[in-house]
Amino acid sequence: MLIKIAKPSDLHESDVTPESIYLSRRRFMGGMAGLGAGLALSGHVQANADYSDVPDGDAPAWLKEKISETQWRAVTPSNPDNDKIAPFDDASGYNNFFEFGTDKGDPARHAGSLQTEPWSVVVDGEVNNGGRFALEDFAKPSQFEERIYRLRCVEAWSMVIPWLGIPLADIIKRADPTSKAKYVRFETLVDPEQMRGQRSSFSIIDWPYVEGLRLDEAMHPLTILAMGMYGRELPNQNGAPLRLVVPWKYGFKSIKSIVRISLTEEQPVNSWQQIAADEYGFYANVNPEVDHPRWSQATERRLPNSLFSPNTIDTLMFNGYADEVAELYAGMDLKENY
Amino acid sequence: MASPRIWLAWRVGVFLAALAPLLFWSWQVANNAAGPEPGRYLLLNIGIGGLWLLLLTLSLTPLTKLTRWKGFALIRRQLGLWTLAYATLHMLSYALFILGLNWALLGSEIVKRPYIIVGMIALIGLAVLGATSNKWSMRRLGKRWKPLHKFSYVILGLVLLHFFWVVRADMQEWAMYAAIAALIMATRLPPVARTLPKLRYRYSR
Repeated sequence: MLIKIAKPSDLHESDVTPESIYLSRRRFMGGMAGLGAGLALSGHVQANADYSDVPDGDAPAWLKEKISETQWRAVTPSNPDNDKIAPFDDASGYNNFFEFGTDKGDPARHAGSLQTEPWSVVVDGEVNNGGRFALEDFAKPSQFEERIYRLRCVEAWSMVIPWLGIPLADIIKRADPTSKAKYVRFETLVDPEQMRGQRSSFSIIDWPYVEGLRLDEAMHPLTILAMGMYGRELPNQNGAPLRLVVPWKYGFKSIKSIVRISLTEEQPVNSWQQIAADEYGFYANVNPEVDHPRWSQATERRLPNSLFSPNTIDTLMFNGYADEVAELYAGMDLKENY
Repeated sequence: MASPRIWLAWRVGVFLAALAPLLFWSWQVANNAAGPEPGRYLLLNIGIGGLWLLLLTLSLTPLTKLTRWKGFALIRRQLGLWTLAYATLHMLSYALFILGLNWALLGSEIVKRPYIIVGMIALIGLAVLGATSNKWSMRRLGKRWKPLHKFSYVILGLVLLHFFWVVRADMQEWAMYAAIAALIMATRLPPVARTLPKLRYRYSR
């Protein structure tokens, strides 16, 4: 006789967080001491004066308006002395965005060729309310928040970056997923004319760059769609005009320049998993105990660093967001599901 | 023309040319022009620089055959030693700037990571060739010297394998170096090696 015992990690329709619980979690999160202050009304009026030395961008009027209404410092590191915000030049000058080249300086050099306006995003798949949306309409109904997150790259370096954006859950709720929706699949633009890296005949990546999340990960309050950073719009090399930020996962999960968001029944295969499944899994949760085959993940180099002080710090489980996200993976073997 | 002074100037010039990139990268680091992770910047640049030097060193023999210019043969040992110097600095950059001189970690990484193992073998190989590149060793080794130094071909293969394992998404740069390496090695194939001096006469006429 076959008795099928459901694993705790198996997904059920009931796993789609009801809106009421979702909202209460947001309140809870905002109130959590570990993540610092500032929910809803408290920090609302604080200006972005901290970024006075950051060069002005060229944001469209609607985005400038959204940014001016940002709820500043909505999520901040619990220990700002340890997690100092990286200089803007480093966050915008040291990037992996292989659509523009493989060198860390390539994206800043070449991403200027990307036209980010107008921009539209397709929402499709297992949704009742899909379609193609102008970025503006995407952003408008949501409150912009500033989230200061640690970003841990799979290459064992990290930076602290202040993002501006909206919870991904807002978008998913508006799309109204069907009961079949279990995963979210994201796609970056394919346009070799604008993205020189896509013209390389030696590229291993099968464009478009694809990423995916489980629906509950996507709905988690820490998961945001960013449209700005450092009090301004995103530079192209950082994924303008719309990118994902999932702070407890390695940076490559945070897909840039998104043009399609699809709700799916099947687990999507993300680009890096497709290239080297033994090195990059679907989950890609920051985990000091699971090495990359070519280097240890137990520590990271916090940037900027200098020659003789590599600024090496211990990597934290789930990049330090374990209190918030560990429950998503209860019962899962994270060595197996890396 | 055969003045020893000109040959000395040529050798000093080559020495300075090989030293210049190291000075330039150091200057960039000192002036915050090497990005937020200067150690990694040095590591990668010195590694590629070492590969350049190895390829240059191995191209001197076919170039000599092709041109009969004495100058190429004259700098072979120097460039070989520069290759060893760059490879050593590459390894030291890794130990110092990436691992923060954590010797225990270095020990475990050397054992665990194939690309580091291969890199270390290549470095040891270069060190052996460097140590036996002096006149005394040449005399001592006699007929065995040449076959021993042909291990530089194997080292080139190891270096390319080391590089190959580091590449993550785009093979273009690696493929370029591999093609140059293949070309240089092709000049060692007996039929090609025999043809090279003849080409010279054809051109000089």
